[in-house]
Amino acid sequence: MENLLGLFLNSVFVGNILLSYFLGMCSFVAVSKNMDTAIGLGFAVVFVLSITAPVNWLVFHFLLSPGALRWAGLEAVDLSFLKFITFIAVIAAIVQMVEMVIDRYSPALYMALGVFLPLIAVNCAILGASLFMVERDYTFIETVVFGFGSGVGWLMAIVSMAAIRIKMRYANVPEGLEGFGITMIMTGLMAMGFMLFSGITL
Amino acid sequence: MKLTQSPTFKAFSEPVVKNNPVFIQSLGICSALAVTVQLNTAIVMGLAMTFVTAFSSLTISAMRNVIPRNVRMIVELSVIASLVILADEVLRAFFYDISKQLSVFVGLIITNCIVMGRAETYALGNPPVKSFMDGLGNGAGYGSVLVTVAFIRELFGAGKLFGFSVVPQVFYDHGYMNMGFMQLAPAAFIIIGLLVWLQKSLMRR
Repeated sequence: MENLLGLFLNSVFVGNILLSYFLGMCSFVAVSKNMDTAIGLGFAVVFVLSITAPVNWLVFHFLLSPGALRWAGLEAVDLSFLKFITFIAVIAAIVQMVEMVIDRYSPALYMALGVFLPLIAVNCAILGASLFMVERDYTFIETVVFGFGSGVGWLMAIVSMAAIRIKMRYANVPEGLEGFGITMIMTGLMAMGFMLFSGITL
Repeated sequence: MKLTQSPTFKAFSEPVVKNNPVFIQSLGICSALAVTVQLNTAIVMGLAMTFVTAFSSLTISAMRNVIPRNVRMIVELSVIASLVILADEVLRAFFYDISKQLSVFVGLIITNCIVMGRAETYALGNPPVKSFMDGLGNGAGYGSVLVTVAFIRELFGAGKLFGFSVVPQVFYDHGYMNMGFMQLAPAAFIIIGLLVWLQKSLMRR
């Protein structure tokens, strides 16, 4: 239990998927201009990450990893080289499905998240989390916690960035640095803040 | 007509300098920065990226007249994913150590906005050779940013280039110290921000 709590806090703060692994930068820079859309996209990422990471774990461990096809009598088959294409297909399919389900059962949620879901299919953070899960050999429970934690970390990063950018509107940024440049520098300063949590051990 | 004036060459040179995908279009920074702690990994990543962008543009452009419009995303993704698998397998077979250091980031080329962006905006509307050059140029433009950042980070962070020490011992004896900060994630963001500033000020002149 403590182990899982540690993993959760680590994936939110120190190992933040955006600030220390640089994943999901494109949509981070593009969408953090506006508070409402930042919150919407952030929650959509939490949602999709918590679903896709465990599903990809199941796919990897029952279909792709070496010896995973034992249940089908194919012991020697190793399909792990197919993980990239399988993961991205699974993610795209899940995003599409989630979109349809939300549209059908919760129009209010669809209004809030709907436009962001297609964007998310190609967000590096989603695929990145699935690949990290394979790379670090997480168990199923750990994957669930890691997926959710990474999503929360991403949400926190983009919402704080949107808040900073609202304040920045009144700042006098040097010519040439405004826009993308200053956003990167602010992200760097924010990443330093998040890194300070590495002193905490559980 | 001189070589440098031909449209094919322009398709290559424009994205490297003038319309750099990272600085000007602010695309594809996603997975880029994590591999810039050392020059070695940055160069390999740049090459892998160039390979994927160039050949995915070539393939998609060659097929552009037969791809149905509403399934084009899936087709593009499968072409890109296949090329990335190829690149990953080659790296693992011949450069095992570097591929271990790059870890998941080769796989993340699939979701890199540059590759998909070039396929969508350029390759679908242009002939194969031009698209190939465009992909090559965008890959090279991206690679050059990676290498610049990695150069700064490795030189100031560890006093090394390509893993060899370049800062002479005399400097250390007189109190010079490596900046450990350069090796951490925040430094990459700040360096990119400053490089964008430099690029924009130079372009304006």
